[in-house]
Amino acid sequence: MSLFVDIHKSYGAFSLDVAFEAESGITCLLGASGCGKSLTLKCIAGIETPDRGRIVLDGRTLFDSEIRVNLPPQKRRVGYLFQNYALFPNMTVRENILCGLRSEKNRVERERKLQEMIAVMQLGGLEDRKPDELSGGQQQRVALARILATEPALLMLDEPFSALDAHLRDSLKIELRDRLVDYGKTVLMVTHSRDEAYNLSRMIAVMDAGRILAMNETKALFRNPGSVSAAILTGCKNIASAIRTGEYEVEVPEWGIRLETAEPVGDGLEAVGLRAHYFNAGAGKNRYPVRFVEEMEEPFETILQFRYVGQSSETPPVWWRLSKEKKPSVFPEELGIAPANVLLLYRTDSEREPR
Amino acid sequence: MTDWYPLWNSLRIAAISCAVVFFLGIFFAYYAARLPRIVKGILDVILTLPMVLPPTVCGYFLLLVFGLRRPIGLWLATYGIRFVMTWYGGVLAATVVAFPLMYRTARGAFEAFDETLAYSGKTLGLSNAFIFWRIRMPACRQGILAGTVLAFARALGEYGATSMLIGYTPGRTATISTTVYQLWRTDDERGALFWVLVNLAISTVVLLIVNLLESRRKKAVKP
Repeated sequence: MSLFVDIHKSYGAFSLDVAFEAESGITCLLGASGCGKSLTLKCIAGIETPDRGRIVLDGRTLFDSEIRVNLPPQKRRVGYLFQNYALFPNMTVRENILCGLRSEKNRVERERKLQEMIAVMQLGGLEDRKPDELSGGQQQRVALARILATEPALLMLDEPFSALDAHLRDSLKIELRDRLVDYGKTVLMVTHSRDEAYNLSRMIAVMDAGRILAMNETKALFRNPGSVSAAILTGCKNIASAIRTGEYEVEVPEWGIRLETAEPVGDGLEAVGLRAHYFNAGAGKNRYPVRFVEEMEEPFETILQFRYVGQSSETPPVWWRLSKEKKPSVFPEELGIAPANVLLLYRTDSEREPR
Repeated sequence: MTDWYPLWNSLRIAAISCAVVFFLGIFFAYYAARLPRIVKGILDVILTLPMVLPPTVCGYFLLLVFGLRRPIGLWLATYGIRFVMTWYGGVLAATVVAFPLMYRTARGAFEAFDETLAYSGKTLGLSNAFIFWRIRMPACRQGILAGTVLAFARALGEYGATSMLIGYTPGRTATISTTVYQLWRTDDERGALFWVLVNLAISTVVLLIVNLLESRRKKAVKP
């Protein structure tokens, strides 16, 4: 079970240039809107045609510009869950799911599969409803039922939770994960939400401006995003340019400090990232005096913004995020961060221009 | 004993041209919606012209092409097809004049269609014909129905191009609208009023049927 993609497509000033492989399990394309994630899915589905490249799914060539193979979407066996679910508004739930079963010519078998899908997706009692009479969560289940009925070799989910209310999102995330955990096939999900990516996927490919900047196992990627864009997309709040000053030391001019790192500093270093959760007030390395400038409360956490003493007040403050019960009664005079939590961010090919 | 020929002739001209316009309008609307902008703009102007030109000008152009002294008219005549002074010439005139109404309303409906529905249909393995007739058309139903009604009404009421192309011959080319004018011109006001009332009755019935279809559809949607 695997998907191989290596495609190129130009759209005026925008160009898409992605190459990756995905195995069974959920692989996530994480990127800001307009970075080409959805276009990548459309190319894989056959809705858009790449200018050149190759797409191979489980050994079947879906697209190859060299040998002029370009299967129509109907022949690709690629399931595509659209952002708005794309249920056919003029058909009932039952008719919508049957659209995924039209290749099944045996009536008895077709009915059996229909009932199976209705049972698996917990749609009993909703068979005769029209899509506009369903909740967002129900619509998502119908759309999934309709897709899974076609027994696709690859399942693609385009921002599957963006059409849902915030309070539904979390429960549906868990529901979807449980449903797909034993699915056994390749699942490709597109999202701009680092939480969704972290919750659901095994592998993450970070995309920016039509390119894949980094691809790694989810946890490893969050631990070490590798580039500035990937660090931003994984939610790193504090990023500043840095210069290598030693094998295990960098200087951050903007903050007026030097930081010890756990890993040796390589060539092409662009910046360092400090995650807002990882500062500590107690003893430890990389301790520097700070001045607090702002406090912002969230339901369960507090964000304290500070500047290093050597930091110009023109530059954005550094964020320290901590749970409310851990908030000190007196603000500490110095803050430290463990060398292992200093993220080293390197230049990538797509970021050749200096920032 | 009233001569009912104009009613029958008008109805068949309107019905046939409406059917032709239905398919032609949808065909052009569907393909125009996916053409590049500039080509679409040019095609749009050409296809919509009959709507903004005076019908007599359309009739003039039709005579230029299909007149019996014109190459195409002569050539068609060798096969026994004459659009001048025949009832089916009326179909041609009504079709040309009613076409833009269907084309434009259908195009508007197609352009408002959520293309992801068609995409998802394709990834589900549905044939293009199925997607067109069972997904796209039902979703665009309102616009297409509106266009059809407008086209039918326009074809039924066609006067200018019709009178230019097929004239008024009682029992052969007379339609309701040409008859109304002819009778009124010859001071038969009662006769003119009679056909006016007939026309009014047909139009009312058509609108009633449309409303009925609409309310039925709305009811079917409710659980």
